[in-house]
Order: sequence, then C-alpha cells, then structure tokens
Amino acid sequence: MAYSDKVIDHYQNPKNVGTLDKSSKSVGTGLVGAPECGDVMRLQIEVDNETGVIKDAKFKTFGCGSAIASSSLATEWLKGKTVDQAIAIDNMDIVEELNLPPVKIHCSVLAEDAIKAAINDYRVKNGLEQIKFEESIVH
Amino acid sequence: MLKLPVYLDNNATTPCDPRVVEAMIPYFTENFGNAASRNHPFGWAAEEAVDYAREQVAKLVGADPKEIIFTSGATEADNLAIKGVFEMYAAKGNHIITATTEHKAVLDTCKHIEKLGGEVTYLQVKADGLIDLSELEAAIKPTTILVAIMYANNEIGVVQPIKEISAIAKKHGVLVFTDAVQAVGKIPVDVQKDGIDLMAFTAHKMYGPKGIGALYVRRKNPRVKVTAQLDGGGHERGMRSGTLNVPGIVGFGKAAELARLEMEGDAKRLGKLRDKLETELLKIEEAYVNGNREHRLPHVTNISFKHVEGEGLLMGFNKNIALSSGSACTSASLEPSYVLKALGLGDDLAHSSLRFGLGRFTTEEQIDYTIEQVRNTVLKLREMSPLWEMYKEGIDLNSIEWAAH
Repeated sequence: MAYSDKVIDHYQNPKNVGTLDKSSKSVGTGLVGAPECGDVMRLQIEVDNETGVIKDAKFKTFGCGSAIASSSLATEWLKGKTVDQAIAIDNMDIVEELNLPPVKIHCSVLAEDAIKAAINDYRVKNGLEQIKFEESIVH
Repeated sequence: MLKLPVYLDNNATTPCDPRVVEAMIPYFTENFGNAASRNHPFGWAAEEAVDYAREQVAKLVGADPKEIIFTSGATEADNLAIKGVFEMYAAKGNHIITATTEHKAVLDTCKHIEKLGGEVTYLQVKADGLIDLSELEAAIKPTTILVAIMYANNEIGVVQPIKEISAIAKKHGVLVFTDAVQAVGKIPVDVQKDGIDLMAFTAHKMYGPKGIGALYVRRKNPRVKVTAQLDGGGHERGMRSGTLNVPGIVGFGKAAELARLEMEGDAKRLGKLRDKLETELLKIEEAYVNGNREHRLPHVTNISFKHVEGEGLLMGFNKNIALSSGSACTSASLEPSYVLKALGLGDDLAHSSLRFGLGRFTTEEQIDYTIEQVRNTVLKLREMSPLWEMYKEGIDLNSIEWAAH
C-alpha cells in the first residue's frame, strides 16, 4: 500500500513534535490509544485563558506513518483556533486531507479523540465540566 | 558500489538466480513438451529434464528421486501432507500434533482437519521459539498419527530440533512431517539423518522460480502414503495429478544443484553479515533479538526496537530497503505477529519488530547502509514517541490505563 504524498510529507517533516508543560493550567493533554494496538497519541494544547484561542499545540505519536501524519496535521489545524472551533474538527476532515485509505481511518479517529481528550483535560483543569462526546464509531 | 534498493526480505521470497533462469528458458520454447507424452521426442526431452531435476532436488535433501512429489508450492505440499496423512491413516487414528508458531499453511490446514473431525494439539513454544520436547512426548497418544513441526521459522529463523523430534515420534510409531521451506537450500537438511517422513519445501525461497514446490514422501522405513488431494491423470505416483510444470521443475532442479554446491559458502558469508547487522543494531538502546540466537538460520534476525512502531519504522526507509515488520498494521487487522506473541512478547514489543532476511545477493555495503538507515529512523521516531518519553521519565507503561480501541 502506497502512502499519499501528504502523509509522507508529514512523516518526514512532522509539525509541532514536542512536549508542553502538562502541569500548567493553560495546557490540556490528551493521551489516547494503546501500545498493544500499535498506536498511542499524545496531543497537547496551550490555550490563551483570555481569548480561548489555542496558542500552541504539540504532539508525540507512537504508530504508523498515517498516525504520525494525522496527529501532525491535527496540531497544525488546532493552532489559532478557539477551543470551541477545535471541538468541531472531524476525523473525516483528516481522512480527506491526507487521503487515508480505509484501513487507516482509525488513525484519524485517534487524532480526533486526542483533540477532544486534550480539550476536556483543559476544561477540567479550569473548573469547567467535561464535554460528553458521542462514542466514535470506527474503533 | 551501493546498489539500491536493498532487498532484505528473503524469507518472503528470493530472486531467481540468473543461472536458474537460463536453465529454464529452453523449456518454454523449443522443449515445451508434456513430460507425460511418452511417444515422441518432445515428451522425451521434457521427461528427461524432469528426471534430472528430480535427482538434483532429491540430492539436496538426501532423498531418493522417487520420493519427490512435485507440487505448485509449499502451501500445496503442506496441504497434501497433512490432509493426505489424515485420510490415509484414518484407521490408525485422528490426532495431529503441531505448534502455535507454524506457518498459516500448516495451521489453517490443521483447522480444516479439526472441522473434519480430527483432533489437533497445538504445542506452545518456549520464550526462545523452540518447542519443549517433553511436552511433545507428553502430547502423543495412541490415536496420534502425525507430528507436524516446521524446520525453521519464517519470522524469527529459529531451527527446531528436528532430529530429536523425529526420534521421539519414531519411538511412538508416529510419522513426522516438517515444513522446511526456510531451511532447505540454506542449511544442511537430510531426510535420513533427520528422520523425516514427509517434508514440504519450495523453489522460490532458494533462488528458484515461484509456482513450484515439492513434498518429500518417505518410501522405506516406513513406507509412507498420502491420499491424493487432486483427482486427475495420476501423475507423481498417483499422489499429485496435473501436467508437470516442466520449466518450473527445471528451475527448481537448477536452484537445488546451486544450493547444494554453494550453500556452505553463502551461509558463512551471510552469517558474518547478519552478525554485523545484529551487533550494530543492538547498540541502540532497548533493542532486543527475538528467538533463540544459537539454533537459528544464519541469514535471519528479528529485532524489536522498543517504543517505536514497526510500520512507522519501515516507512522511514522502505523506498530504499525492503524489509518486513512484525506489526500487522498494514493489513485490515491490527493484530501483531502471532509468532512473536507466541514467544510471550507483549503486544508493544511485537508491534516494534523488524525481520531481516539476507540472501545470496546481499552485499556488505547494503548491510552498512541498512544499519545507518535503521538506526537513524529509530532515533528519529523515538524523539516523537510518547512511550519513549515516558520510559525515559521512568514511568511504568504498564501502570497506565490505556484506552484500548
């Protein structure tokens, strides 16, 4: 199976690899996946508490090229969005952008889950209620 | 001169040796006859070529030419051996013993036998990939008709103690079948010395063409019979009907002849290259060899690089290096290699493995290049692996409640 050019590009030049201070109140961390499934994503957002805008986003991913590309793309999309806008990111947007084949759709689902988990972590830290998301279907 | 791309997936298939191709070509064109045509020169030429090839194939494994049944490949030979014995020896019993790390062609055939009312015992392997001989002996019962244990494993290269296995089976009057696809032509295999009754092997893993394999069926002490699985013209002593694949057989014969003459030199050279590859890659932190390192094919190594995922790792260099990974992320299933899991590896390590299979045409420059590429990619991916970061921080990954999906 050949990877799309966009997946290869993100794999070779991943955007926003790194770690934010997870103890900071303005940072939300999402850790999803499991080593035994062959992919683990950690996605972090740093939110401007005044404006609700995501100032920075970082990821680290253990997984295949599509998983790495999905999380790299997600961090790019997150930066500059408000938390409310970020919630609306759908895994199928990632599938489309990266031309993921059906067997790799779970990578995009994982990225979406990571975004939501990071947002909820941020919300809980700041005394807000967790948002209940519908269970993702493609698990 | 470094020749790219580098091919290190020789356990999957090997390239045809040019000398093999050269030997085959006339049998597509001028000598195109049917080896069963007994009454004209075209048939005679084909038959003569098949006879010569059969001798070469037999000689490689210490067999009599009459004991070689040509098939379409090892999968068919595995099927013929197991199903053929199950049917032929039904009066004696219905129990077969095999192991969990066998090739799918053996495991799935055994599953089929179970559906037919047979009983199959799947032996677990030890952490090094070898079976426990006392467990084998304990599993034998009065109804046992066959022990089916592979000679060398396709994923980790470990070589089972076939001689000891057959001695135990003999003691209890049970036949021994071995899938020797990875071993024949690579290390000395002798059906007499090893006490093998049936053996499957194939040309395309030993620099011959695809689509031709063989089943060795012992004719003396004891005389073994298998029930044919294909009905037809009664070729191959009635055990495998179908017009003989003459060019394929000629290629198989040539490949067997070359293997017999060159195997020792190849094994020595490849053993050195494999050891260099392994030694250098094991200098990377948290890298482990899977399977027994002593009882192992000389040209194979399987290494897990903790906290990086196999398919992601391959992507770093798979334009230039052909390798296979123990991770099944490429297929629809997300299950990692069942062989590695049978060794007791956690799913995470099983997902982190690469299989290196060197071959006759592998050069030292290619191995040096591979070492560099694999090392760089492992280090790069660890920089972006959350598991590696946690490991470095001293977090026990087993203490985390992962949301398995």
